[in-house]
Amino acid sequence: MLLQTLVTGLAIGGIYALMAVGYSLVFSILNFSNFAYGAIIMLGSYIGYFSLVKFGVPFPVALVLTMAGASLLSFFNERIAYSSLRKRRAPSLYFMISAMGTSIFLENMVYATIGSSFMAYPEIFKQQSIRILGSSIGLLDLFAIIFSFVSIYVLHYFINNSRTGIAIRAASYDSMITQINGVNLSRLIGLVFVLAGALAGISGIFLGMKYMAYPTMGWITNKAYIAAVIGGLGSLPGAVVGGIILGILESLVSVYIASTFRDVFSFSLLIILLLFMPAGLFGKYLEEKV
Amino acid sequence: MWYYVQGVLALAMINVISVVGLAVFTGFTGLFSLGHAAFIAIGAYTAAISTYFYEVNFYVALLLGGLMAGLVSLIIGYPTLKAKLRSDYFAIATLGFGEAVRVILENLDITQGARGLPGIKVYSTFPVVLIVTLIVIYVARNFVFSRYGRMAIAVREDFTAAEMMGINLFKVRLRSLFFSAVCAGVGGGLFAHYISFIQPSMFTGVQSTMLTAAVVAGGMGSITGPIAAALIFAAIPEVLRVANMWRLVAYGFILVAIMVLRPQGIFGYKELSWKTFSGLVRKTSRAKGGAA
Repeated sequence: MLLQTLVTGLAIGGIYALMAVGYSLVFSILNFSNFAYGAIIMLGSYIGYFSLVKFGVPFPVALVLTMAGASLLSFFNERIAYSSLRKRRAPSLYFMISAMGTSIFLENMVYATIGSSFMAYPEIFKQQSIRILGSSIGLLDLFAIIFSFVSIYVLHYFINNSRTGIAIRAASYDSMITQINGVNLSRLIGLVFVLAGALAGISGIFLGMKYMAYPTMGWITNKAYIAAVIGGLGSLPGAVVGGIILGILESLVSVYIASTFRDVFSFSLLIILLLFMPAGLFGKYLEEKV
Repeated sequence: MWYYVQGVLALAMINVISVVGLAVFTGFTGLFSLGHAAFIAIGAYTAAISTYFYEVNFYVALLLGGLMAGLVSLIIGYPTLKAKLRSDYFAIATLGFGEAVRVILENLDITQGARGLPGIKVYSTFPVVLIVTLIVIYVARNFVFSRYGRMAIAVREDFTAAEMMGINLFKVRLRSLFFSAVCAGVGGGLFAHYISFIQPSMFTGVQSTMLTAAVVAGGMGSITGPIAAALIFAAIPEVLRVANMWRLVAYGFILVAIMVLRPQGIFGYKELSWKTFSGLVRKTSRAKGGAA
């Protein structure tokens, strides 16, 4: 029973980790909370739904389409809502408000055009499950775990080993000096948003398969922010750890206490953790820059 | 017709009360709350339950609602402000707090869960709402122009420098949060006794965001700006009744546009006053005189 709960927690935790990594990636460069990220994930979920149902493409193609679509959205989000703020060196508060505006805009755009109904994905992974170590795990969950961790690893490898990855790490440390050293910061930030958008697309399609696609998926993408804060904003390993902790905690609370109070527990965990570790588990940003 | 206008105005003013509170908190300390709907909910439920189950006097119930919201704000504010969270962390903590409050309201017996409380007596008549709004605005104005208000502005502009001048960051921020929560609670109490039915799903994160939107659009650091914005935001959907679905789309768009084009808000740090108007009149008359 316990093992079963842990596996279920790991499956949802993997998706949380994916969302938290994308969100944290943007934070590490621009140093603000991109609240529009949830809306991008939600739209990713819709792109996945429409490409699977309306265009009837096979799942791998749908996944690629979703990643591409969400990347594009994320890129334009930055160019329209943030880039002029960035050039003006606006305080991070303004970025946050702009992000919130984008999120309200996109979410209600979906309401106004597509409607508020729940879109159920077709059954791609059969409801069968595999038995591992005496606990059963659904095929979808297993695939979500594997795919989440593989994509996080690929991103990790890219950031640590490629030239562009080095530039991203340098920019997250000091964007001014990076620019002086000949990095085109504007292009780099565009790329970071594209990467974050791709992760949003993957998590969107998995969330859609697990919980259906609907305009207010925001409540679950809030978990991405919480996971990222638990791990420490701006830290990618932190985001992964935060996502997994949150996923496992939630499934433990759902099974052993009450599923209705699941969210109360995750928020309490967040607040209690912040009291003792104000920068999260692996965070490096304790104070705001004045 | 007047009856309809009155109704719209009353709801707009109830909104103004919460916005004024938030303007004092966000506009004057620079901290961002994404959970103020929770304080409105607490005020609404406390006041409604007091009059509904215990037949408390309406005005006492309003005060109780405000007080309860204020006390709860200390529960979330004390630890988070004490830990000096940076503003992103604080925003996310309040976001979580708002959701948690809603889940708790949905699962308590006395709030009748998600079904909500129907049949609350209608006490918030137009004159009552008007008078309470004026009182709140007056108190907020005094708060902002007092020593506390100046301290809050100093904290917003540069908290390190403010702290070096001997201002206690924690106290200033907590006091502003308490004040804004009391306003939100009173607004919630009025709201419950105006539309006579409340349920937890009325107090979501979207509402918190709308309050913040009004403060930002009106101009951070101003009281009159957010009031004007709150009134405009409440009036626009009534005028554009047909475009109801697109209302929030427009809000989102306006918010981004303001940040990109006019980040200081519609009114900036300025207060609207008779001087602004007389200044405007003088300018226009001078322009006319120049033309003649």
